[in-house]
Amino acid sequence: MQKQLFLGDEAIAQAALDAGLSGIYAYPGTPSTEITEFVQNSKFAADNHIHSSWSTNEKTAMESALGMSYAGKRTMVCMKHVGLNVAADPFINSAITGANGGLIVVAADDPSMHSSQNEQDSRFYGKFALVPILEPGDQQEAYDMVHYGFDFSEKYKVPVLMRITTRMAHSRSGVIRKPQIRKQNELKMPSDLRQFVLLPNIARKRYKNLLSDHTHFIAESEASPFNKYIEGPDKSLGIIVCGIAYNYLMENFPDRIVPNPILKIGQYPLPYNLVEKMADECSEILVIEDGYPVVEELLKGYLGRGLKVKGRLDGTLPRDGELNPNLVAVALGKPDTYGIPVPELVVTRPPSLCSGCPHIDSYYALSETLSSLSNGRVFSDIGCYTLGALKPYEAINSCVDMGASITMAKGAADAGLIPAVAVIGDSTFTHSGMTGLLDAINDKSPITIMILDNGTTAMTGGQDSPGFGKIEDICKGLGVEEAHIRILKPLKKYHDENVAIMKEELAYPGVSVIIPRRECIVAIDKRIREKFKNK
Amino acid sequence: MKKDIILAGVGGQGIISIASIIGYAALEQGMFLKQSEVHGMSQRGGDVMSNLRISHNEIASDLIPFGQADMIISIEPLESLRYLPYLSSEGWVITNTRPFNNIPNYPEMDKVMSEIAKVPHHIALDAEALAKEAGSAKATNIVILGAAAPFLGMAYEKFENAIRFIFRKKGDKIIDLNLNALKAGKDFTNNHI
Repeated sequence: MQKQLFLGDEAIAQAALDAGLSGIYAYPGTPSTEITEFVQNSKFAADNHIHSSWSTNEKTAMESALGMSYAGKRTMVCMKHVGLNVAADPFINSAITGANGGLIVVAADDPSMHSSQNEQDSRFYGKFALVPILEPGDQQEAYDMVHYGFDFSEKYKVPVLMRITTRMAHSRSGVIRKPQIRKQNELKMPSDLRQFVLLPNIARKRYKNLLSDHTHFIAESEASPFNKYIEGPDKSLGIIVCGIAYNYLMENFPDRIVPNPILKIGQYPLPYNLVEKMADECSEILVIEDGYPVVEELLKGYLGRGLKVKGRLDGTLPRDGELNPNLVAVALGKPDTYGIPVPELVVTRPPSLCSGCPHIDSYYALSETLSSLSNGRVFSDIGCYTLGALKPYEAINSCVDMGASITMAKGAADAGLIPAVAVIGDSTFTHSGMTGLLDAINDKSPITIMILDNGTTAMTGGQDSPGFGKIEDICKGLGVEEAHIRILKPLKKYHDENVAIMKEELAYPGVSVIIPRRECIVAIDKRIREKFKNK
Repeated sequence: MKKDIILAGVGGQGIISIASIIGYAALEQGMFLKQSEVHGMSQRGGDVMSNLRISHNEIASDLIPFGQADMIISIEPLESLRYLPYLSSEGWVITNTRPFNNIPNYPEMDKVMSEIAKVPHHIALDAEALAKEAGSAKATNIVILGAAAPFLGMAYEKFENAIRFIFRKKGDKIIDLNLNALKAGKDFTNNHI
């Protein structure tokens, strides 16, 4: 077959389709979004009734995937790294229930925080849950690992975690697809219908089962095509290199011949014998891994009295941030290269709210409403509107995790900060804001919640918003008094009117919800263009 | 042949189209390609950058090492300076001179231009003006691509073919406009080296 150009994300999606996927579940999150979008845009997927609509959050996505696996079909669930925090409960427990149909969980990490609030390493979760982890080094491996992962998952009845990084997800390269497209699995119940019942006496057995399978997982890692021991004559240093970091290593050797032994890791748990071989024959080991020093820490041990290990912990490589070929060159003692320094006049150009964005009008109205009060009362959330923290708005005081605006405002109000305001988008509200709203209602917390409803999941590129058309019904249903659900149109011409409404609700000593509603300007643009295209 | 190219601009200016056209031309000749894109947050009017690597041999890193890029192709003058640490001592900067001013502290234009002038090998052109002459300001990115074409180590027709392919669904009028834009850029460079 001819090579096709795929983003890492697209390679994973195409592989899943080629490997007999029956359904993909996800909530959008950079850099994982394009996996699901690829399936959504695939004619093959539509023709074969492959599920691909968005889930409300990563937890519901993970659980739906687990249900599809229970029913015997192959399924994939995708999320950004912090999404795995949201899905952690079902994810960890899915290792105990085990899988039935092949189940792959894709977590996309973001070293250097290109568009995230931390750079947590999902390999920790894999180790925590005791499930095997696959970490591709290039787009071809990303493709191949999906087939392998489904087979592994069905062989051992265990979910498999696939860990990618932003660079892998959003880099394009040639991929050769497998010639055969696998059929989807038939509906098939688990052989033991109590497998998924995690009552303590069953869970204990399941857990022992998982622990004993761990030996097999290590044996699989030893034989895996994704873990390679490459011999080298210079045994003064052995190099263990994980995932995409392999490319940065090879970039430093134009003829691709490295004098040192290399252990290339693409599958975990670590292959014990191969690591031992390196430890036996090399005086020192350099670990090159993007993300946290997961492998390095493991080899080094807490006291560091065993193996001589270099990497991120001893400063051979930086402790944080994404790796690159230059950092690896320096770690290898090779000369660094650098072009012309950035001229001093070059200023930053941060992202900003689009011209015409409804959030701009919402923030100007809110800031005026609060102008007579002391600063620091606005708890916000994750989305385009987080850019309201920047100049010229400087309108918000927090952005922590999906949904935290409402609950942090509640906690601050409990502490005596009255009034406190939460600012959250429509999609983030249904993702993780609804439960916090119920807490506030039950406590009659004096908070004002602004649900900025632009009708889309804008920040990640305009995906469907799960609560579209349902926002005020949800608020009513949870128990917000109808008189204190106020809908406004965030436009300059209604500014005074909107400020007056905000003032009224801020003065109300209970839960009030203000919904500034106007469609995302980018979504309108996209909609009109598509309409035009179809004419 | 191997070319390591930094593509720079502001979100929405069309650096991905440039990458697609160069990429298509490279693949047509059986070359290897790696291209690392920017998605998500940085697209909202922020600076965007893409690493494009094409080579007759297999490519290792998705990222171009600092000090080793053959060229910086920028649709915005200030952005062309942001990535100078990537440029090799022999490398070229090909940049638009028309600023995209969406920040309150955009530096004075003559100072920006004098920094560009300090780069040993550079081509600076008002691509927007040339694009308008060719038929539409929307083809500014294609003018820039045209200006870079003589440095890309591929026959000029390869880029024309790539444009015909990439814009094949948009009709002959759009294709011709872009071919004109490409030529305007190429002619500018050929008259200035």
